[in-house]
This record gives sequence, structure tokens and C-alpha cells, in this order.
Amino acid sequence: MSDIWIILGATSAIARAFARKCAENGAELHLLGRDLPELKRLAADCKLRGAAEATAVAFDARKPEKFEGIIDTVALASGTLNAAVFVGSMPEQAEIDADPSLIDGTIQDSFTGPARFLQLLAPELEKRGSGTIIGVGSVAGDRGRVGNYVYGAAKAGFATYLSGLRNRLTRGGAHVITVKPGFVDTSMTWGIEGMFLVASPEDVANSLMKAVEKKKNVIYTPFFWRYIMLIIRNIPEFIFKKLSI
Amino acid sequence: MRWKKDELKGWGGALSIEADLARPERLSGLADALQEFPCPAIGARRSYGDAPLAARVVDMTRLDRFISFDAEAGLLEAEAGVTITDILNTFAPKGWMPAVMPGTGFVTLGGCIANDVHGKNHHIAGSFGQHVESLVLMAPDGSTHRISLKSKPKLFRATIGGLGQTGIIVSARLHLAKCPAGNMAVQERRMEDLDAFLEAFNTSHADFQVGWLDMTAKDIHLGRGIMEEAHFASGPFEPSKKSRSVPFNLPGFAMSTPIVKAFNWLYYKRISVAGRDRERPLHKFFFPLDNIQHWNRLYGKRGFHQFQCVLPDAEAPATLALMLEAVTASGLASPLSVLKRLGHGRGGMMSFPMEGYTLAVDIVNKPSAKALLARLNELARTAGGRVYLAKDSSLEAGYVPDMYAELDDFREEASKADPKNDFETTLTKRLNIRGQA
Ligand SMILES: Cc1cc2nc3c(=O)[nH]c(=O)nc-3n(C[C@H](O)[C@H](O)[C@H](O)COP(=O)(O)OP(=O)(O)OC[C@H]3O[C@@H](n4cnc5c(N)ncnc54)[C@H](O)[C@@H]3O)c2cc1C
Ligand SMILES: NC(=O)c1ccc[n+]([C@@H]2O[C@H](COP(=O)([O-])OP(=O)(O)OC[C@H]3O[C@@H](n4cnc5c(N)ncnc54)[C@H](OP(=O)(O)O)[C@@H]3O)[C@@H](O)[C@H]2O)c1
Repeated sequence: MSDIWIILGATSAIARAFARKCAENGAELHLLGRDLPELKRLAADCKLRGAAEATAVAFDARKPEKFEGIIDTVALASGTLNAAVFVGSMPEQAEIDADPSLIDGTIQDSFTGPARFLQLLAPELEKRGSGTIIGVGSVAGDRGRVGNYVYGAAKAGFATYLSGLRNRLTRGGAHVITVKPGFVDTSMTWGIEGMFLVASPEDVANSLMKAVEKKKNVIYTPFFWRYIMLIIRNIPEFIFKKLSI
Repeated sequence: MRWKKDELKGWGGALSIEADLARPERLSGLADALQEFPCPAIGARRSYGDAPLAARVVDMTRLDRFISFDAEAGLLEAEAGVTITDILNTFAPKGWMPAVMPGTGFVTLGGCIANDVHGKNHHIAGSFGQHVESLVLMAPDGSTHRISLKSKPKLFRATIGGLGQTGIIVSARLHLAKCPAGNMAVQERRMEDLDAFLEAFNTSHADFQVGWLDMTAKDIHLGRGIMEEAHFASGPFEPSKKSRSVPFNLPGFAMSTPIVKAFNWLYYKRISVAGRDRERPLHKFFFPLDNIQHWNRLYGKRGFHQFQCVLPDAEAPATLALMLEAVTASGLASPLSVLKRLGHGRGGMMSFPMEGYTLAVDIVNKPSAKALLARLNELARTAGGRVYLAKDSSLEAGYVPDMYAELDDFREEASKADPKNDFETTLTKRLNIRGQA
């Protein structure tokens, strides 16, 4: 009986690297996202790399009314049911300043959409008494910064949600991992100035696989971001508010 | 589409350019980029000189999906950014592998087609492009069409080895070869001098052959080295492990003459007079340098050039001797010098291979390198040979028509496919590959 992985936001480069690792382990994959032709290409790729099965499923974080139907189709097979959330969007803060209505979408993509989906999925994991949920947050959620505090706020909310979900699912035999990547070399960061210590999507995917194996609770990836964020979180507010890091 | 400003370098690092790069993560992004700004594609940047340089480029490395595989026929379709190592690791366990593999597995499918690369089995398997069944080409306006040798013989032959000038290779269908084992049986023998080497190549029946040359050995030792011959042995295939990396550019003295000399002496003597037979995993045999990432940093910031030429059989012995003398006298050679026999197989109008001997030498980028490279280019031309454009950083535009006999046909096809010269690179401009308008 193979592992089943539901991957939300599967068109992300990090998700693609993670899906391929699952495929190499022979998992059954459900690739969720908005770009169906691309998801189908990825599904074919994953099958050739060893996935027992790979399907492309239309999913939009801003259309929660469709979630139940999606879960009904992907949670059919028996086996250990797992999910990994890579959905997120990061409009430039300046765009949001110009059009505050963008806040709603940003929060839906990175927090409330995925949270509603997981809320519907959780009973299924409890029923099976097993499974892992990976939620990809961001170091940006650890402290609000002038450059991207709406995105940061969404990620902070998601992290708090995941913490509670972990608290709940532990009782039912399932597990939740919160992931806080630093800078990753994807289209989200491509060509943006000020990037440093940029990790490859493969490196992040490797650390996710390890975290699943070792049942980690909260990981920073690459690991040194834990210490960078420790420092940043501990800068006194009267100093921090004047910084633009 | 966001474009990133970055310094773009070939593998040798001697030439660079400030460029705007797009790097689509999915196929639809490729057309978007071209519709914004038509420009050439680059792969893994494993070409040494300026073949992968241009002021604006699309990086293909994230378009790396396998599309389909016919396990009966061994026919693989994949996006152009997949690497040779990825193909090998995924399909060798199923009994298949690329029929032709260059000396590194980090190269992309698109790059292998655009330079029509050759491997250690060229005398048997021919060149990479000869195993391409068909490919999808993208025009400057972002439109695509599939071409094959049958459907569009001229355009197809202009695309194989065509340096990206006929369009962006989006994906290709590739005939894989059977992979009978996970290990190679490798025989290594000392070659006392150039004559012995050429004789060994002439009489070898091995499926895979390659020669390492000691470019610091002079006089009666000129052309000494190690001959490697191999065939498939047995055992299961093991994918390569994660490699180590040279973290930063080394200081310039790392490739100074005494160090290179000492290294070469040890490398030569490690094979006893009696020779050595052993079994090696596939990737260790085919990609001996791939377990050290960024080994090009060993040359320091100034970088290096690679000169590679092929010489017809009749001229090879005399010309090789002159080339080796010029290189050893210059003191600019590095430990990486390779001698190989090539067969006649070539897939395109601008393909490098011809029947004869190919010599590849890494040359430290010091001021005196220029004169040495000019001399080597000149020797290759007078011998009726050809310089490999995938490696080149120093050829003269005037030499190209002599070396590449089908240049005119190529220019015609490239102009039809790319009428506004959108796909030109630093190399094609430097060497006037496309011809004056
Ligand atoms: C250690 C080492 C060993 C090597 N050994 C060999 C060898 O044994 N035999 C051999 O033949 N070569 C060898 N090479 C050279 C290498 O195989 C070629 O330079 C190859 O073309 C590099 O592929 P790439 O993906 O890095 O392409 P790049 O170097 O990035 O690009 C090469 C050319 O292809 C074009 N191109 C790339 N992708 C596309 C695309 N999708 N569509 C259209 N055009 C495209 C570029 O415009 C450029 O002109 C070696 C190189 C190294 C570093
Ligand atoms: N890159 C970094 O430096 C970095 C750092 C920390 C955290 N992260 C997080 O890592 C995750 C993956 O990001 P990435 O870097 O790979 O960038 P990305 O390619 O932009 O990934 C974002 C993913 O979210 C999906 N998405 C956005 N809005 C959606 C919606 N309404 N419905 C469904 N899917 C939606 C996108 O799908 P489409 O393809 O349909 O747009 C895409 O798959 C994100 O959560 C991001 O916040 C990234």
C-alpha cells in the first residue's frame, strides 16, 4: 500500500521538487493547482519517475466552495493520506499600498484558503489514524517587516493555524509539520534584488523529506535561518521599527 | 515575466557578459518570454567559451519534465532542460540510457542537441543528434512546430549542432540505447609517447575509448599519457551520490606549472607499467569530474580557455606533435587534456565531428594564452581540421568557412527560421556565423 500525497500549489518549483521525491518513493500523487495543462505535464513527469499514480486536479485557494468535492475525489484510495501546502502569493508591498483590496487575496492564498482545505481534510486523517500534513509558511511570518508585512501576516496566521492543527491531530495519530523557508531560488524571488543565501528547491525538498521521516514539528530551511530569525525576532521593537531589512 | 540582471559566463569563465535572463518554470512561460523579447536559449552553461552568452537569454534549466517514454522502442520525449544525469538516473534502472553522453552529465538535452555533442563511443554510436527522432522548435514569435529529419530535412540538419540559431528547442524525442549493466570494465594503460598513443587508438576495438595526455611531458615523453578502454560489465545501476563543491575561486598559483607538473606525474605513475583493470560505476566512468561541483573554480577568477579540434587521420600525427610542442613549451597547460578518436558520425550542418583525432586542452587564461590559441587555431586550419565551437573562445571569423563546409546552407536555413537574427549569441556574432546581411 503506497503513500498518498495531496500537493496543493503543485506548480511551485519547490512543490515540483518535492513531488518528484515522493514519486521516486513510489507514492500516489494528486497535484492540485490552477494551471491544469501544466499540472498534467507534471503528472506525466512524476509517473515516469516512479509515482504509482499521478493526477492533475483543478484547485483555486479562492474558491473554497469547491473544496469538499475535491477532497471526495482525492481521498478515495486507501493508504496513508498526506498533504503538503505550497500555495502562496507575494504581491509587492507597493502594489498593496496602492490597492489595499489585494490584502484579501494575499491572505486567502497563503492562509485562509489552505486552512479551510486542511480543516475539511483533517477528519479524514483522524479517521485513518495516520498521515502527515506539511504547511509551507515563511521566515517572513516571524516578524512584520516594512517590505512585505501583508504576506508576512498571512504566513504568521498560517503558522499559528498549523500549530493548533498539530495540537489537534497529534491526538488522532496524524502529524503536522510547519516549514519556514528562507530565500529559495524560484520564480517568486527570481530577479528580486537583495536576495542572499538562496537555497535550491531540491535542497528544500530534501529537508522536507527528512522532516517527514523524523516527524519534525517546525523546521527552518536551510537550517541556519532558525538562527537568523532568532536574532531578528529579538531585536527590540524600538530599534526594529526604524530598520528596513 | 521578470528578467534578472546577472553576469553570464561560460564554463571556462574567461569570457562574460552582463545579461538580462528570464527563467520560465513552465512551458507556457517560455512563449511569454519570447513574445516580450525574442532571444536565444541557454542550457547548463557547460560550453566553455561564449556559445551560451548573449545580452538577453532564456535559461532553459527549469523546463525539465519527462513527457513520455515508449518502453518497447526506448523512445523518450522530454523538455529541453532535462540533464543527461537525470535521464541516466531515471532510465538506467529500467535498462535504458542516452546513446551518447559527453564528459559531464550536468548538460541539458537542448545543449546536447544544439552542439551535437559526442561521447567516448563516437566511433560506434555517432553523435547525439543522430539519436534525435524529432524535436519541437519555437520561432522568435513564440509559435512552435515539430520537425524531424523526414519532415524538414534541411531545417532539422541546421538545428542539430546549430547553436540555437534556428529557434529554441522546446522538447525532443530521443532514441535511448540499451543499458546492459551498472558497471563498466575499464582497462587503463600507460602510453609512452604520441606514437604509442595513436597506434593504440588505431588498433583498439573497445566500445568506449578515451586518452588522457600529460601536457607537461616534453621531448621523448611528448604525448605520453593513459589510454582508457572500456565495455559494459555487470552489476545493478547506482545513481550518483551528492557531490562535493569547490566553494570559491582558487588563487592563481593553483594552476602554476610546478603544481600541474607534479599532479600529472602522479596521475601518470598511478597506473603501473603493467596497466590496470577494474570495474567502475557508470557515472564515475562517463563523468569523472562530476563529483566535484564547480571544479572550474580551481582556475581562479581569471578562468581558462579550452581548445578542442579534430584533425583528419592523414594530418593528425604531424599536427598533433606540433600542437603538443606548442602547448608544453607555453607552460599554460592544465591537467585536463584529452585525446580521442572520432568516427564520421554527425547529425547536422555545423556538427563538429569528422573522422580523425580530437585533442582537447585546457589553457590558463594568462596574457600569453592568446598567442598560443592563435597558433593552435592556425595549425588546425592548415591541417584541414575543425575547431569545436562548444569550447571556442578564440577562433577567427575567417577560419569558419574553411572548417565548416556546409556553412552557406546553414546560413540560409537559419535566416529563414530567424529572419531578424534574434537568436544570435556573442559567439555567432564574433565568428560571423550567420553571415553579413
Ligand atoms: C567537463 C566537461 C566535459 C565535456 N565533455 C564533452 C564531450 O565529451 N563531448 C562533447 O561533445 N562536449 C563536451 N562538453 C561540452 C558540452 O557537452 C557542450 O558544451 C554542451 O552543449 C553543453 O550543454 P549545456 O546544456 O550546458 O548548454 P549551454 O552551454 O548552456 O549552451 C550551448 C549552446 O546550446 C544552445 N542551447 C542550449 N539550450 C538550447 C535550447 N533549448 N534550444 C536551442 N539552443 C539551445 C545555446 O544557445 C548555446 O549555443 C563538455 C563540457 C564540460 C564542462
Ligand atoms: N521562494 C522563496 O524564497 C520562498 C520563501 C519562503 C516561503 N516560500 C513559500 O513557498 C511556497 C512556494 O513558493 P515558490 O517560491 O515556489 O513560488 P511560486 O512558484 O510562486 O509558488 C506559489 C504557488 O502557489 C500557487 N497559488 C497562488 N495562488 C493560488 C490560488 N489562489 N489557488 C491555487 N494556487 C495558488 C501558485 O500556483 P499558480 O501556478 O497557479 O500561480 C504556485 O503553485 C509559497 O507558499 C511561498 O510563500 C517561498
